[in-house]
Amino acid sequence: MSRFDDLGFRAGTGLFGVLIIAVVIGIAGVLYTDSTAAISKFGWQFWQTDTWDPIAGDFGARPFIWGTLYSSVLALIIAGPIALGIAIYISELCPAWLQRPLVFLTELLAAIPSIVYGLWGIFVLVPFVRQLEAGTPEWMKALPLFSGPPLGLGMLSAAVLLAIMIVPFSSSVAREVLRAVPQAQREGAYALGATRWEAIRMALFYARTGIVGSIMLGFGRALGETMAVTMVIGNTPQISTSLYAPQYTMAAVIANEFAEAADELHLHALVEIGLVLFVITLVVNVASRAFIWSLGRQARPRRARHATAPAAEPA
Amino acid sequence: MKKIALAAALATTLAGATFAAQNVAINGAGATFPAPIYQKWFAEYNKLHPTVRINYQPLGSGAGIRQVTERTVFFGATDGPMTDEQLKGAPGILHLPTVLGGVVPIYNVPGVTQELKFSGPVLANIFLGKIKKWNDPALTALNPGVNLPGSDIVVAHRSDGSGTTYIWLDYLAKVSPEFKKTVGVGTSAKWPVGVAAAKNDGVAAIVKQTPGALGYVELIFAIQTKTAYGSVQNASGKFVKASIESVTAAAAAAAKAMPADYRVSITNAAGDTVYPVASFTWMLLYQDPKDKAQSKAMVDFMKWALTDGQKFAAAMGYSPLPKNVVDMEMKTLATVKVQ
Repeated sequence: MSRFDDLGFRAGTGLFGVLIIAVVIGIAGVLYTDSTAAISKFGWQFWQTDTWDPIAGDFGARPFIWGTLYSSVLALIIAGPIALGIAIYISELCPAWLQRPLVFLTELLAAIPSIVYGLWGIFVLVPFVRQLEAGTPEWMKALPLFSGPPLGLGMLSAAVLLAIMIVPFSSSVAREVLRAVPQAQREGAYALGATRWEAIRMALFYARTGIVGSIMLGFGRALGETMAVTMVIGNTPQISTSLYAPQYTMAAVIANEFAEAADELHLHALVEIGLVLFVITLVVNVASRAFIWSLGRQARPRRARHATAPAAEPA
Repeated sequence: MKKIALAAALATTLAGATFAAQNVAINGAGATFPAPIYQKWFAEYNKLHPTVRINYQPLGSGAGIRQVTERTVFFGATDGPMTDEQLKGAPGILHLPTVLGGVVPIYNVPGVTQELKFSGPVLANIFLGKIKKWNDPALTALNPGVNLPGSDIVVAHRSDGSGTTYIWLDYLAKVSPEFKKTVGVGTSAKWPVGVAAAKNDGVAAIVKQTPGALGYVELIFAIQTKTAYGSVQNASGKFVKASIESVTAAAAAAAKAMPADYRVSITNAAGDTVYPVASFTWMLLYQDPKDKAQSKAMVDFMKWALTDGQKFAAAMGYSPLPKNVVDMEMKTLATVKVQ
C-alpha cells in the first residue's frame, strides 16, 4: 500500500513540476506566434532601431530595452546598499524589541500595490524631484548625467521609485540569509578576537551567495515593474544617459498601447516587445545564477557545499 | 452592491425559467471615452426594459474593433472610425454616432490669469517642437495684452493609445500639412516633443503640476480638474471656447455633408459658434447579425439612446447629437435586420 502512496505522491508532485515547464514553454510559444508579423518584417532590426511610430508602422525596441535596463540598474545601485544595511541592522545589531516592528514594516512595504506607489510617485515624488532638478547648479547641468529641463517626470523619479519598491524584497531575503548563518561562525570569530564589524563581515562573506541572490531578486522585479514606472518615467522612447530625461520601458509601452492597438503590425510589435522582455529576463536570471555559482566555487572546498545553500545549515 | 448583483442574477435566473424567450443578454466592448454614458444608458434602459441586459467592457477602441470583427461580441464601440482595410474584415458593419466629445488645450502658465487663445497652426507647431517658448511671436500675436513669460513650453500628451489622441491629431493634421506629414493621425503616435502620461487624469496632473506645461484632455476632465483651457480659432476665424453647445454645433455644421456610412471627421468645421476640436464616438453594429432577438433588442435600445437617452449626455460632459444626425440614424437603424 505504502509503495503505491509513494508512487502516487511522486507522480502527482512530478506533474506539478512538469506544469511549470509547460507554462514557461507555452508563454514563450504564444509570444512568438503572436508576433510573427513583426518578426518577419523587422528581423534583428527590431533590436537595433530607435523608431517607434505606430502610425507609419515602423517599430524598433532599442529605446525600451535601454529604458528598462537603465532604470533597473539605477534602482539596484540605490536599493542594494540600503537593503543590505537594513538586513544587517535587523539581523545583527538591532535591539530585540525593535526587531519585530522593523521586520513587519519592511514586509508591509512589499505588500503595497504598485499603482499606489505610482500615485505617491506622481503627486509627491515627481514634484520633489522637479524642485531638486530645478535647483541643479550650472556646472552639474553641463554633465550628460544631469542635462535637460527640470520636468520631474523621467529616469530619476522612476529609478528612485523602483528602488523604494525593491528594497523590502531584497532586504527580507538578505535578512533571512544572514539569520541562517550558524551562530558558531560568529562565536568562532569573537573567540579569535574579532571586533563586531569583523564578525559581521565574516557572516556577510559566509552568506554572500544568498545576498547576491536577494539583490538579483530585486533586479528581476525592477525589470518587470509596470504601473508605477509608467506613471513617473515620462513615457518617451529615447536613449539618453541623462537622469532628467523622460524615457520609456518595455513593460510600460505594452501596458500603454495594447488596448488601442487595432493594427496587426502594431499589435505584433507590442507582443514582440514582450518576447524581448522575456528573453532579457531569462538572460539576467541565467547570468545571476552563473555568478552565484561562481561565487560558491571560490570558497574553500570544505565549506563549498554549505556556502551554496546556507539555509540548510542547522542554526 | 454585491447583494444587488446577486439579487439581479437570481431574478434573471428565475425570470429565465418562466420567460426564457423574452430575456436578452447582449455583450459589447470598445472605447473607454464614452464608457461612462454607455454604462448609464444600459442601466437606465434595463430599468425600463428589465428583460434586456447589455454588458459593456471598456477595453479601448482597438480592442472593440478587433472583437466585433471576430464576432466575439455583439457590438463594438470606437472613437475613431474603422479604416477601409478594417472594414474588409467585417463586412456589413455599421457606424452609428452616439454622442460627441470635445478635446481642449489645457495649460499652466504662472502669472497669466487671462484666458489664452490658440490657433490650429500654432498648436501644431507647439506639438511639433517648432514653437518652444511661451512668448513666441506667434503666441503673443494671438494674445495681445497678455504678458506671456519667456519660459519653455512643456508639451504633455497621452502615453496610452486613446480616442482623445485620435481627435487631437486629426485636428492638428487638418490644419498643418507639416504635422500631417511628420506625425499623422492615429490613437498613439511618434511625438516629436514632450512627456507623456496615461489617461486624461494623468495628462491633467502633469499640466497642473508643471509650470509652463501645455497638454490636451477631454473637455469634461478640464472642467472636473479645474485646469485652465484656452479657446481655439475655428475655420471661420472665430475664437471659440469648448462647451457642450459649441461641440454639438460642430456636428450640426458637419451633418450637412454627412456620408451614408457616418465615417466622418468633424474637426476644423466652419461656423461662428463651432468648436473645432470635436468628434463623434460610434457604436459598431452588424446590419445582418445572426441572432435576431439580440438585434431587435439592440435596435430598440439604440432608438431610445438617440432620443430619450441623449438628455443624460450634457450632465456627464458629453455633447448630445444634433437633430439632423439623429433623423439620419433612425433611417439607418430601420435597415438593420431584426427578424
